[in-house]
Amino acid sequence: MSADRKVRPFYWSVRRELWEHPAIYLAPAGAAAVGLLGFLVSTLWLARSVAGAVPKNDGLMMPYVFTALAVMVIGFLVSIFYALGALNGERRDRSIQFWKSLPVSDLTTVLAKAAVPLLVLPVVLLAVIIGAQLIMLVLSTIVVLLHGVDPGRLWARVDMRLMWTVLPYGLFINALWLAPVYAWLLLISGWAKRMTFVWALAPPLAVALFERLAFNSSHFIHFLIERLLGGFGEAFSVRGEGRAAIDKFSDIDPIHAFSSPHIWGGLAVAGLLLAVTIRLRRSRDPI
Amino acid sequence: MTSIEARGLRKSYGKTVALDRIDLRVEEGRILGLIGPNGAGKSTALQAILGLIPHEGELKVLGRDPWTAREALMTDVCFIADVAVMPRWMRVWQALDYMDGVHTRFDRAKAEGFLAKTNIKRESKVRELSKGMTAQLHLALVMAVDAKLLVLDEPTLGLDILYRKQFYDSLLTDYFDHNRTIVVSTHQVDEIEHILTDVVFLDSGRIVLDVSMEAYEARFAELLATPEQVASARSLGPIHERQLFGRSILIFDGIDRARLDGLGEVRTPGLADVFVAKMIATFPGREQAA
Repeated sequence: MSADRKVRPFYWSVRRELWEHPAIYLAPAGAAAVGLLGFLVSTLWLARSVAGAVPKNDGLMMPYVFTALAVMVIGFLVSIFYALGALNGERRDRSIQFWKSLPVSDLTTVLAKAAVPLLVLPVVLLAVIIGAQLIMLVLSTIVVLLHGVDPGRLWARVDMRLMWTVLPYGLFINALWLAPVYAWLLLISGWAKRMTFVWALAPPLAVALFERLAFNSSHFIHFLIERLLGGFGEAFSVRGEGRAAIDKFSDIDPIHAFSSPHIWGGLAVAGLLLAVTIRLRRSRDPI
Repeated sequence: MTSIEARGLRKSYGKTVALDRIDLRVEEGRILGLIGPNGAGKSTALQAILGLIPHEGELKVLGRDPWTAREALMTDVCFIADVAVMPRWMRVWQALDYMDGVHTRFDRAKAEGFLAKTNIKRESKVRELSKGMTAQLHLALVMAVDAKLLVLDEPTLGLDILYRKQFYDSLLTDYFDHNRTIVVSTHQVDEIEHILTDVVFLDSGRIVLDVSMEAYEARFAELLATPEQVASARSLGPIHERQLFGRSILIFDGIDRARLDGLGEVRTPGLADVFVAKMIATFPGREQAA
């Protein structure tokens, strides 16, 4: 056996996160399954809507949109709770002593854990959403055909091209946008002994409270809410009051997104927080 | 080659000094037993050696500073802390895949060979295994790594005697050779006594005894004194005396065995007895407790 056998510590570190946390893919898949189930029932009325006249908002796209939304919301929740537990759990069950007995650096480990919400989950969400939507599309086509209606009428109105462009792009930009949030949660996970959720929320809420009482203003809380929910707004040119729907290709606005100081600033903060997290993992004891 | 070399190794947690400037040198091919009461600093010493905690003083493990080069060091060092550290959610095949994927010196076939001799199934999760089986699994993974140094921190804690014996037997027969070094800390002194080549007693962060087993046999003597000779035996300065069935057993440190001729039966004392003698010698207050 040679000592320079190829090893892939980063790849296997990510794999082990998926072994430990099957919720990363099971929870989004569950959300999609519920959407599919509801859609299945709705196909009873599908042929009539397709055959009928074409009102402006005929709701045929609704199941596709809502399933995508549900999967993304679940994915966001999974990301948050994953990041809060990722570095806490291994200290709590003392398995950190096992992981640290192997030639995998703290850098690799922390980056692998950060990669779960930043890279793995967006890909999982995209695959689950598109998978569910494809099933819906195939099912609808069959139902429509069974009723002797021309499926061309369905396909003309259920046009997935825009959504399948918007989704990968939006999920990617949103992950970048949320990078400092996930990095903060990972840091707290590596630092706090218990109640990571409370420790993660307390400092920002304390700042917001202080600002409110001291200056009777609420800039900080707005800043936080924007950071949590504003990712898609940053990716598309539908910003502003009332936030219109993304309904055309020209709404995709990568030039704005990639020139946004908010995205780059967020990434810089994320890098800083991750650097602290790596140092913490090196020196924190098991709980 | 020197596996471990420490000079003035010190570690404190706040005001508590866990290691108080110890010097330690372990050569390649030795099996060192690190023995001490709870809180003596055994685990702290091992954690420093493994690069898990920062330390003061000089410390080189296989020529590297473990704190700054843990990742590189872990290619050549294996480590088993007590059995509870295997991740409980992990399945046996996942552990094999993972080790195979991250460790350049891991030999998967060898690990599977060791596991084949046990009742451990590849689909089992660690949480479903008994403590003894978990230890077997961990040992199988570790023995399949072609490492230069193996560190064991109370590896058999909480295991029943069958598993404990098996653990050390497989370590000796299937693993140890003279290119490897093993450092083991334990409470169960008598169980590892026969496999050690060197022994270090640690107490309150200090080294109380550091001796090879060859030197140990020459240095320590235990006398089962005949009743008439107890007084003259005592005058030779034993480090410890205890009573057994009405007879006195005296332990001597660094005595010429010829001087004990005619005073009773002489033999080499067990490590546990010398350990107790040394501990009481350092802190006489322990006599009541012991």
